[in-house]
Amino acid sequence: MSPEVMPETVVVPAGKETDQRGRAHSRARAARRRRIVVLASRALLLIAVLGLWEVLSRANVIDPFNFSMPSKIWDQIYTWLTHGTALGSLGEQIWYTLYEALLGWIIGVIGGVVCGIALGRIAFLADVLGPYIKVLNSIPRIVLAPIFVIWFGLGPASKVASAVVLVFFPVFFNAFQGAREVDRNLVANARILGASDRRVTLQVVIPSATSWIFTSLHVSFGFALIGAIVGEYIGATKGIGLLVAQSQGTFNAAGVYAAMVILAVVALVAEGLLTFAERRIFRWKPSGSGD
Amino acid sequence: MSPDTSPSIELRGASKIFKTPSGGLHTAVRELDLTVGRGEFVAVVGPTGCGKSTTLTLVSGLEEPTEGEVLVSGEPVRGVGGKVGFVFQQDATFPWRTVLSNVMAGPLFRGVPKAEAREKAREWLARVGLAAFEDRYPHQLSGGQRKRVALAATFVNDPEILLMDEPFSALDVQTRALMSDELLELWEGTGASVVFVTHDLEESIALADKVVVMTAGPATVKQIFDIDLPRPRKVEAVRLEPRFIEIYREIWESLGEEVRITRERGAANVA
Repeated sequence: MSPEVMPETVVVPAGKETDQRGRAHSRARAARRRRIVVLASRALLLIAVLGLWEVLSRANVIDPFNFSMPSKIWDQIYTWLTHGTALGSLGEQIWYTLYEALLGWIIGVIGGVVCGIALGRIAFLADVLGPYIKVLNSIPRIVLAPIFVIWFGLGPASKVASAVVLVFFPVFFNAFQGAREVDRNLVANARILGASDRRVTLQVVIPSATSWIFTSLHVSFGFALIGAIVGEYIGATKGIGLLVAQSQGTFNAAGVYAAMVILAVVALVAEGLLTFAERRIFRWKPSGSGD
Repeated sequence: MSPDTSPSIELRGASKIFKTPSGGLHTAVRELDLTVGRGEFVAVVGPTGCGKSTTLTLVSGLEEPTEGEVLVSGEPVRGVGGKVGFVFQQDATFPWRTVLSNVMAGPLFRGVPKAEAREKAREWLARVGLAAFEDRYPHQLSGGQRKRVALAATFVNDPEILLMDEPFSALDVQTRALMSDELLELWEGTGASVVFVTHDLEESIALADKVVVMTAGPATVKQIFDIDLPRPRKVEAVRLEPRFIEIYREIWESLGEEVRITRERGAANVA
């Protein structure tokens, strides 16, 4: 008994070898050139948009008081970085918002995954709770944020709560769907091999549902940030959302934009970390469909 | 193994009726009587979609019969038991586990300590010729190699009964013949009873001691043929023997009629 020969060894006739290598080389160069062109065009587009904004604003074509301009926004970020904000250092504000979003996200994700898998596996629970979950999901949950401020006060708890309700539902629905769509063959195979119901859930259903769950994690971290920011905007003692509210209160348009830029950077970094974690977890997937 | 002389598998008047999504009833298997002796290799052939696979799920305990009885070693089947191994038609390896971990799954599910499970798994991987591939994931293997993993994962549990549902139908012709030979080799050491479902008559004659021909659906036993070809067999060689061709002609006379009925029904449904 011998394993089949892997089709990795391709025999190339000796004469054609140099020719092929040359062609492969030029193909690689073309690919590299294309990448450079794409990157350069991207940078150019950004410069054009920001430049146009700056020029129009300086020339008073658009109102600089309302629309501000990139240089002022940069000045604002620089001032916050070097002299701190009116609420304390910028790092502290970022950390506050991030802490609330992260905590809300973790609680929401755990809750969503546990409930989703439980309802996906136990038909009785799904039948009983299904309609209620649909009703809860149809409420625009962002309006709960003021209620949470009333319940939990101005501290982080109210922001965490609004992040949790925003995160829970997308994660829940994906986990539920993932648990439902598990390949029946895999479940049958696990049972034949001797797996108990608990083992089937832990070692077949949850691993199969992870790709569904991860899809929702990307979206839901954005939701957690929204929850935290809106909560802060409504009432808080610290955080980027409060920075936005204060800048708005003093008609400081540059401050609002600056807070947006900072948020965008935070969200991008978080997204990058998540993608990194995903790559590590999904090593078993064929590359190409892993994204 | 219990010392009594009861046959390995016995189906007595077993029927299985499914509810279709549209609310109707579909009879997959009707009053099926079938006996498989200990250590016997039985192949079940029949037209496509006639309910052969349902027979296997009844024996495995994954499904219960609507009527009649299914006995394994003289005991009625209640749920999935520990004696049965099942090789599925589709790929049923766990894609997130490595090859070694896939083969270890069965023993671990059954409470075997990890070190012992690993040792047994390595032994079976070596027997199917995949010792060098234990760290790969299933998607990195060819179809034939994945089938070998499935075989190792099934045999590692030492099943007394081996159920195979068209296990090689997705493979190319050469790989298929190779896998059939390997299956015979692996099986001859174990003394397990086998029920091998297929729609390929040649494959069934080359492998089995007994070929059961099923009727067009709802499936029931039409005729049983004993295959008196000597063992050990090599699939490619045995095909050319005059006795093989004789048996083939004899069984095809019985099976061909059922295939024709199924085809005519299909045509009538389309029209």
